Amino acid sequence: MNSLRGRLFAILLTATGVIWLSAVAWIYSNTHRELEHVLDTRLQEAARMVNSLVGSANMTVAMAALPGPQAEALGYERQLSCQIWSFDGRLMARSSGTPHGRLTEVPSGFSDRIVDGEPWRVYTVANETAGIHIMVGDRLGLRDRLVSELIKGLLAPALLIAPLLGLLIWISLGRGLRPLRAMAHDVGTRDADDMSPVDAAHAPAEVKPLAQALNGLFAKVETARRHEREVTAFAAHELRTPLAGLKTQAQIAMATEDMAVRQGALQRIVLSVDRTTRLVRQLLALAKLDANGAAPAREALQAGALFDEITDSAPGTAQQVSISLDPALRSVTIQASRELLTLALRNLHENAVQHSPAGGRIVWRATASGHGIAIEDEGPGIPEDEMALVTQRFFRGRHKSAIGTGLGLAIADAAARRLGAALRLSNRADRSGLRAEIEIGP
Amino acid sequence: MRILVVEDDPILADGLAVGLGLAGMTVDRVETCADARAALATSTFDAMVLDLMLPDGSGLDVLGEMRRRGDRTPILLLTAMDDTPDRVRGLDSGADDYLGKPFDLDELSARVRAIARRGNGRAAPCLTACGVVLDPASLSATLNGAPLSLSRREFAVLSALMERPGIVLSKPEIEDRLYGWQEEIESNAVEVHIHHLRAKIGRDTIETVRGLGYRIRATS
Repeated sequence: MNSLRGRLFAILLTATGVIWLSAVAWIYSNTHRELEHVLDTRLQEAARMVNSLVGSANMTVAMAALPGPQAEALGYERQLSCQIWSFDGRLMARSSGTPHGRLTEVPSGFSDRIVDGEPWRVYTVANETAGIHIMVGDRLGLRDRLVSELIKGLLAPALLIAPLLGLLIWISLGRGLRPLRAMAHDVGTRDADDMSPVDAAHAPAEVKPLAQALNGLFAKVETARRHEREVTAFAAHELRTPLAGLKTQAQIAMATEDMAVRQGALQRIVLSVDRTTRLVRQLLALAKLDANGAAPAREALQAGALFDEITDSAPGTAQQVSISLDPALRSVTIQASRELLTLALRNLHENAVQHSPAGGRIVWRATASGHGIAIEDEGPGIPEDEMALVTQRFFRGRHKSAIGTGLGLAIADAAARRLGAALRLSNRADRSGLRAEIEIGP
Repeated sequence: MRILVVEDDPILADGLAVGLGLAGMTVDRVETCADARAALATSTFDAMVLDLMLPDGSGLDVLGEMRRRGDRTPILLLTAMDDTPDRVRGLDSGADDYLGKPFDLDELSARVRAIARRGNGRAAPCLTACGVVLDPASLSATLNGAPLSLSRREFAVLSALMERPGIVLSKPEIEDRLYGWQEEIESNAVEVHIHHLRAKIGRDTIETVRGLGYRIRATS
């Protein structure tokens, strides 16, 4: 059943029914027992009474056997029957409506017998003085009728009340579930970009976890959207700014008469085109990383080969930078996706080149664990307060380079994450410079 | 006309400095909000070109601070985000104009001239005093209808004086309009320019107020 209300209704109704039936069963057995006891006592008393009458009045048994009015037993009248038998087996007397057959063979006390096809309960008193057995009995059928009448009396109103109770439960459930409906209505009718939290403070305790979970989700969606907006804004800024620079420089080149100014403007146009080309390449790399395809296949990669490939294809720079590979790293084998690891290392390497001073040295080393690659440069490093921010997209700190896009470290970080590796950035302890490590498990 | 350009992109900032320079403006460049604050604290500018997204914060913050402390320097915002809500927010924060990247250099120059002019309480595009008419847009000048040939510096000195006829400008104030921070100020350069100007437009038009500076004769 998919309706919470329907399910609760069924559960409550079943539970109520079971409890009711148990109560009826309990009342039935209890009443039955009590009734047996009361009726047995009555049998006992009646027998003793007849016994004392016979004994004290010294009444002849024949008198006692005088037949009373012969009325057939109707309803609960004439419940009790009495027989007096002599010890030698003669029926001395019997009350009206009593069967002719001997009620019991038991000489004294209680006994259950079938007489004339009917079950009887009989109490016998033996009067030794008079030499008689006094037997008082009643039909068990009457007793059962008494109990069943009682139970019927209990069940009849219950059957009448049951539909009413069902209705009440149904309505109460509706009222009880109102906060849920209200929340559903609130969430259902809101605008697509309305991420305001639902009212969790005033929600009932049972609905509160749902409200809080919803609010948590809203907050996450809002954060993701804000992040997306920021990235879009940054991307717009980073793409349009070089375009504005290009256009301005081009207009200067057209407007100026001064050859030196024109030459400068044209040089800046070339620089700007290079930078924009790089930016586009990096944006595409990021988009590819974001697309989150299937987990990339791992293969055994030689660190030395990666170094050769990346340093050979790296764009040249104006200032001379010496690039070297720690011999210990050359033979290190790394299990990783070639594409992702190359992307991460290339961006780290380019970052190192861009920030290197003239004559600076860049060294690729093995990490302490032997399962990663570290690239060290002799640039200015990263101010500690910017360390956490540099892997954000488009973040360009105080030590930014002219050709930087603010994406290189973000790409290296994203690629490392997809590799299941960690990008660790730290300022070198021995001198100014940055150490960027990509640590990959064995 | 002295302009502060706040832009962190080196190529665009260079383009703005050179481009606005070609339009006869003296340009000072800074790259960060902090440097912009420092520049505003030490110098006065006729207008400011402010990028919104700067390395150490938003240009809107600088703009808000300036307006709160009563700085009325005309400001043109430059930004990559030129959606209508962004424009509205920029203008409502106290900016005088707004230009989305990329832009046309001539349009930028014209808009900067316009906000600077309005900042000086002037609606007419040309400066007029004593028969001299200066057109800042074309950097051309006439005297009694006849073309007048002025160097870039002479034009700058004369337009600084003509912006407020009758008001005395001291020598440092005139130098401020002429030179950016990077430029070396030659001693007695202002005197030389004034001397040349007097030769071209007449001795009486520019008056020397002893110990204070120079002014344009108020009556035409």
